[in-house]
Amino acid sequence: MTRAKLPPWLVLLLPAIVIILAVVMVPLLLSLYSSFTPYHLTRPETLWKWIGTFNYVKAATDPNFWRAFGRTVLLLTIALNLEMLLGLGLALMVSKVTQGQRLLRTAMMFPMMFSPILVGFQFKFIFNDNVGLVNNALQSLGLTERAIPWLVDGNLALFAIIMAEVWTSTSVFAILILAGLFALPQDPLEAAKVDGCTPWQSFRYVTLPFLMPFIYIAMAIRSLDVARAYDIVQVMTNGGPARRTELLWTLIGRTGYVDARMGYANAMGYIAILLSIAFTVYFFRKLQSARRELGMAD
Amino acid sequence: MAQVHLKDVVKRYGALDVVHSINLSISEGEFVVLVGPSGCGKSTTLRMVAGLEAISDGEVRIGDRVVNDLPPRERNLAMVFQNYALYPHMTVRENLGFSLKIAKRSQREIDAAVNEAAEILALTPLMDRKPGALSGGQRQRVAMGRAIVRQPDVFLFDEPLSNLDAKLRTQMRVEIKKLHQKVGSTVIYVTHDQIEAMTLADRIVIMRDGHIVQVGTPLEVFERPLNTFVATFIGSPPMNLLSGVIQDGAVVLADGTTIPTPPDLRVAEGRKVSLGIRADNIMPEGHSLPPSAHMAQVEMPVLLTEPLGTETLLFTQLAGTEVQAKMLNPRPVRPGEVLRFGIALDKCHLFDAETGASLRS
Repeated sequence: MTRAKLPPWLVLLLPAIVIILAVVMVPLLLSLYSSFTPYHLTRPETLWKWIGTFNYVKAATDPNFWRAFGRTVLLLTIALNLEMLLGLGLALMVSKVTQGQRLLRTAMMFPMMFSPILVGFQFKFIFNDNVGLVNNALQSLGLTERAIPWLVDGNLALFAIIMAEVWTSTSVFAILILAGLFALPQDPLEAAKVDGCTPWQSFRYVTLPFLMPFIYIAMAIRSLDVARAYDIVQVMTNGGPARRTELLWTLIGRTGYVDARMGYANAMGYIAILLSIAFTVYFFRKLQSARRELGMAD
Repeated sequence: MAQVHLKDVVKRYGALDVVHSINLSISEGEFVVLVGPSGCGKSTTLRMVAGLEAISDGEVRIGDRVVNDLPPRERNLAMVFQNYALYPHMTVRENLGFSLKIAKRSQREIDAAVNEAAEILALTPLMDRKPGALSGGQRQRVAMGRAIVRQPDVFLFDEPLSNLDAKLRTQMRVEIKKLHQKVGSTVIYVTHDQIEAMTLADRIVIMRDGHIVQVGTPLEVFERPLNTFVATFIGSPPMNLLSGVIQDGAVVLADGTTIPTPPDLRVAEGRKVSLGIRADNIMPEGHSLPPSAHMAQVEMPVLLTEPLGTETLLFTQLAGTEVQAKMLNPRPVRPGEVLRFGIALDKCHLFDAETGASLRS
């Protein structure tokens, strides 16, 4: 009996192919397929009913979805820019420190070592309107009479969530920018000094252009991170009160697992992923052009 | 254009002095080269003038201003760095015009100055490139252009040619000299290459271990070195030094060879000395310049030859010391061949064996 022999390259790649199929491709295709069905977790037979783009149309016309979408973009924009500015400042200061810099760098990483869930709980406590630190401090200092409902008012709750995000992740920017500062060639800076630059001008025209690629890398990483923000929000406000801090993934998570409408959740998920891809492409383009500026492209 | 004065200038890192109380006056339009081996403090001195290093003690004056506490931007200097230090994200045009832009000059003024500098340095076809797309020589020219555009009081050059290959270096040397003749600014130029120093300088400042050893025109330091350090540092190949003792008006070497002392030198009997002879003043008979009135003869074996075309460098040995001699109108020489050499005594130098100081006073 002769057996059909597979070519050696296929045999060698087979384990990888099998794993990728099982772990990535099949679930991915299945979820994509299910987004075209009214799939309900408690009614498996709904998986076999094809409803075309119904879910997508429903998401696209659902004001709740677009509010969550807009809020996610808003959170992304504010948090990333704040983190970038703070991280830049932090990195610039730490780079000037001559003694104990290692210790500072390590300390700077601490917030990243905590689970976002714990950070969420911590900030939920800090902003609690009855026993929270913030209200306690404000009232003791006589700045306000009444307790401020941090996590109840929609805008304030979003602010509190942004604070938590910034607290955990500013160090991502700080560390990456610090790496850029260490790699910064000293010669052009000295040339700038002799050319008549004030310290601010040296920073503006020499240091900053050099740091931009590092900033964009941090932006790209963090935009993916924030676009899938779930844990901190889930813990702090659970998207509430009354959906006022609902983000894309808290909405999707609730639709899929609480309401069990998995087909609809998957459809929203695919739209949300487009958002992530759009941001990544945007920052990558920026990174490329910043690198080209420095003459180190490709 | 301005004069530059250094008065008792000291650079100290903690307890370590790297520049010891230097005094130097540079006149308007003068081209001064600071030369010395690495670590002699020449670059540090230049950087103190530029304001990139703090001055630990003493005083630096540019024109009639004491600049010790002025930041670089208020000293009106231009500096060319060893690694060119171009701004990598700016085009050649932007690099050239950057200092004027910072000084808030009008765009028309900037364009005029930039175009003129580009013209002088033949950079016009490269104006829209970034430094990354330029060769070493082109970057060097951009760095120089950036300095010209500012029309500074003083030009500072920090080993500007050491990253270029030999041929380009010779070319740029000529360019720099032409530039100085055209612009006429005061120049302070740091190098470790004595040929650059000799060819470029109005005056050479030779430094060693943070001290100035000798200041003089290129010919002065070549013909009248103050000590063995200058004698061996300036000139190529380096001056041969033979140790010996003075007896009966002659230098007696370790193996008993006797060479008369140079005619214009009177040295006490029994003094230990180093006899300095440049390769140009010790040549084999029949392959030398016309003999002068004061000649001495020695026989030496040739160990190695370096033919250079118009002349051949002979590596020989005398009293256990390697001696380099020159052979004009060269003929092939076998290793081991013993030749008779004539020494032009009136061109020789005597140094104290211990201090190394020249005995010419």
